[in-house]
Amino acid sequence: MDNKPLSFRNIVWLLLALALVAAPHAERLPPWVSIFAGVLGLWRLYIAQRRLPLLSKWLLFSMLGAGIAGIYLSYGVILGRDSGVALLVLLTGLKLMETNSQRDAVMVLFLGYFLIITNFLYSQTIITGLYMLLVVLVLTAAWIGCNRPSHDYPDKLKLHLAGTLFIQSVPLMVVLFLLFPRVQGPLWGLPQDAYSGTTGLSDSMSPGSLSQLTQSDAVAFRVKFNDPAPNASTLYWRGPVLWRFNGRTWYGRTYAVSEPPELQALDKPLRYTVTLEPHNRDWLFALDMPGTFPPQAGITPDFQIISNAPVRSRMRYEVASYLKYQTGINENPVALRRALQLPRNSNPRATELAQSWRRSAGDDSAIINRALNLFRKENFYYTMQPPLLGEHPVDEFLFDTKRGFCEHYASSFTFLMRSAGIPARIVTGYQGGDFNAIDDYFIVRQADAHAWVEVWLKQRGWVRIDPTAAVSPLRVEAGIAAAVPATDPLPLLVRHDYPWLREARFIWDAMANNWNQWVLGYTPQRQAQFMTRLGMSEATWQNMAIALLLASGFIMLGLAGMILWRLRTAPRDPVQLAYHKFCGKLAKDGLARHPAEGPQDYSLRLAQAKPLKAETIRSISELYIALRYGTLADKLAVKRLRQLVSGFET
Amino acid sequence: MSAFPWRPSRPLRFGFRNFIDRWLFKLKGPEAGPVLLTQRRVFILPTRQGLLFGALLILLLTGSINYNLSLGYVLTFLLAAMGIISMLHAFRNLAGLLVRSGKTDPVFAGEHASFAVCVDNNRTLPRYAIAVTRNKQDPVFCDVAQSATATAEVNVTAQRRGWLRPGRFTLYTRFPLGLFRAWSYVELDSRCLVYPRPDPSKLPPPKHQSQTGSSFEAGQGNDDFTGLRPHQSSDSPRHIAWKAAARDYGLLTKQFIGQADAELWLDWNDLPAGLDDESRLSRLCRWVLDAESAGISYGLRLPGKELSLAYGEQHRHNCLEALALFRQEDG
Repeated sequence: MDNKPLSFRNIVWLLLALALVAAPHAERLPPWVSIFAGVLGLWRLYIAQRRLPLLSKWLLFSMLGAGIAGIYLSYGVILGRDSGVALLVLLTGLKLMETNSQRDAVMVLFLGYFLIITNFLYSQTIITGLYMLLVVLVLTAAWIGCNRPSHDYPDKLKLHLAGTLFIQSVPLMVVLFLLFPRVQGPLWGLPQDAYSGTTGLSDSMSPGSLSQLTQSDAVAFRVKFNDPAPNASTLYWRGPVLWRFNGRTWYGRTYAVSEPPELQALDKPLRYTVTLEPHNRDWLFALDMPGTFPPQAGITPDFQIISNAPVRSRMRYEVASYLKYQTGINENPVALRRALQLPRNSNPRATELAQSWRRSAGDDSAIINRALNLFRKENFYYTMQPPLLGEHPVDEFLFDTKRGFCEHYASSFTFLMRSAGIPARIVTGYQGGDFNAIDDYFIVRQADAHAWVEVWLKQRGWVRIDPTAAVSPLRVEAGIAAAVPATDPLPLLVRHDYPWLREARFIWDAMANNWNQWVLGYTPQRQAQFMTRLGMSEATWQNMAIALLLASGFIMLGLAGMILWRLRTAPRDPVQLAYHKFCGKLAKDGLARHPAEGPQDYSLRLAQAKPLKAETIRSISELYIALRYGTLADKLAVKRLRQLVSGFET
Repeated sequence: MSAFPWRPSRPLRFGFRNFIDRWLFKLKGPEAGPVLLTQRRVFILPTRQGLLFGALLILLLTGSINYNLSLGYVLTFLLAAMGIISMLHAFRNLAGLLVRSGKTDPVFAGEHASFAVCVDNNRTLPRYAIAVTRNKQDPVFCDVAQSATATAEVNVTAQRRGWLRPGRFTLYTRFPLGLFRAWSYVELDSRCLVYPRPDPSKLPPPKHQSQTGSSFEAGQGNDDFTGLRPHQSSDSPRHIAWKAAARDYGLLTKQFIGQADAELWLDWNDLPAGLDDESRLSRLCRWVLDAESAGISYGLRLPGKELSLAYGEQHRHNCLEALALFRQEDG
């Protein structure tokens, strides 16, 4: 092994590769970590350029101690997900400071490869994947350069070799990806913060919580209908059902999974497949009302589908729903009492209003109509930027501000119903979705988050009422972008202003969807399905291992043949060939060239041995030396050499 | 071989090693002429870095499983494939090279003999970072372009006079990734003549032997300067042309014409009786060098061999060779 110190150029490559590795982390790390790592990199560059001595171990250890302390102060833990990544970035930076030999450089490069994978904890999009390929290429080129640390191979050569290795690896990589027997993780407990930062609905709702969610154009889930897709205005994606109210916030999960509740279908079932983005919660979304639920989940009496485990990776499931249904005619009295619960002494004005309705109207449906009419006729506005509300939010919203988002309408409507003695509950979820015509599926984004109400009527059971639709029918019919004022801060890609942008977005999302289904969603189940479709009788890991060995064996054989084939190529250099021929002629005459004899010495010896041919021998030798070792590169000269050799006779 | 984890007792190890050499590495002593590193002669094993890389892959795979990282699988498998394919590249980087010995200049005992190992690449494929080493010394690295030759000068300390054989050279390469080491053993039919170590003491040759009565000092004092020639390690530092050296001409030795009729016989038997053979040779060697640089005609008498009076580079070499090979079986 070459133990010489790394050349400046090799250090530049190393730093460049690591900068590319660390760049995606920079936006998530605390600024001081990024700056610290950046300063370390530049410092190392300065040391290399000025040929200064490396830092002392003592200084490095104190910097490491300070770094660990800083990480603990920033995160409160050392070995969490985020803090672990920060620690790894710092370690790489510090290791770089003492890196001077090939061995150190390789350690740093291995740390670099490890840092790439930590980036996937946060993002696994197509862009991230492509970026990874670039980073691997540069890291590998830097690695190749470090083979002779003190020597500078041309950059082009390093990149070319790295690219060659890379391209030759692709078939084997694909086979390994498809056939390597997959295991369902996790293998051990994950850090507390392993899945933090996922957006999505929560199981409580207070004024402002949903409008905050609608700022995000992140995808919540995608839906592919087996049957003709229904109209977007009928798509109510049911999520957590909220029963308890404390005067300001609604809370969910009243019921555990139990026997499926009774549901009377009034229509044909609508079957579809949902691909849910991970949201680190255990509920799944389905259209009102789900008639079935996936095998790895259960259903509660209020029709929430609850998965057996929190959804931490993208999940595909099939459901069938009935858009027309009847349920809860014989609802449990305990549930009905729960649906009437209200905190004492909260929102007195709204309570008074509802009780006055009850006194004058009597009929439940008349009271519902009066409430909806209130929203329609009393100058209520639908906006994503409602004013802040104080101690009695329902009162303030109904009588003072009159500006609100769906949670305000759902919350105050339910409050009014319960005050008037009508059982009611809030359902949160999503409404509508974008239809992607490229691949025929619906995209439901966080921006489609919605809340509506279910009231219980004696003859009809639970009935869905969407008070937001009373204020802003557009919200339900055409989506949020049409419903809110243009000045509201909606995510760019949800707006309708730029049709071409939306078109591009649809194409892109179709690609992302395929990526999700085939690359990211390649789970053990998917692998088994795929294997069966390929004709494997039984997709056991033994069968897959055999298939893997066979396939990779074939690929390696092919590659070995291809790679070693170049060894068989005979020399083609015409200059060499001509000179070999010349030496061969003389060897027959007993004047073979000695192994260590240069062409110059050989020529002198020949000229002495054959004074008559001295002139020709000298020309041939001079021409050969000029073509082979000099700068002469001329087709005519090569031709002349060949002529001279052909005409030469001993 | 340190690659073996156990350390058997010496004779067994020796025998086993011999067996491995003959059976696996097919070594049959020095080979004359260029040695082609055929694919049969190139061996390959993972390096320590290769094993470390394997550990990294296992770590990456475990992380991918634990966190359900599909792209983690992609990265892991990509790196694994690259690692394995780099084995083929390392193998190809070494296979098919022609190895032959180059020119080797004689040295004095105690100096470094420099064995030139010429590596010919008559394939269209350029080779990178080919290391040539012997006995696990620091390797000499060279790149060999397509249809080209590179020469690696491998230094061997010449301990004793006579013929020095370098033994087995190891040619290896870890290119491109350093995960695998492809190597081949070559025992070339090269040798280096090692002159005896010149006696460091400055004893003048016995005066009565000199027919003209001149000594080296006397000869030098009256000599006329005739020119310069490249410095050799055996030359007296007093004859170095320091002015020329200061002007970056490299080290040159001043040459003088001695008294034309100065003659000197250097005789084995004239040395004190108590002196052992090697000391005699050493002192004769010193005298040959001194006589040569003083420009005196000198002759050498050894038991059973006599070199008549002469002067010059060739004569000096003949004398030193006679000293080097005196009573040596290996001709």
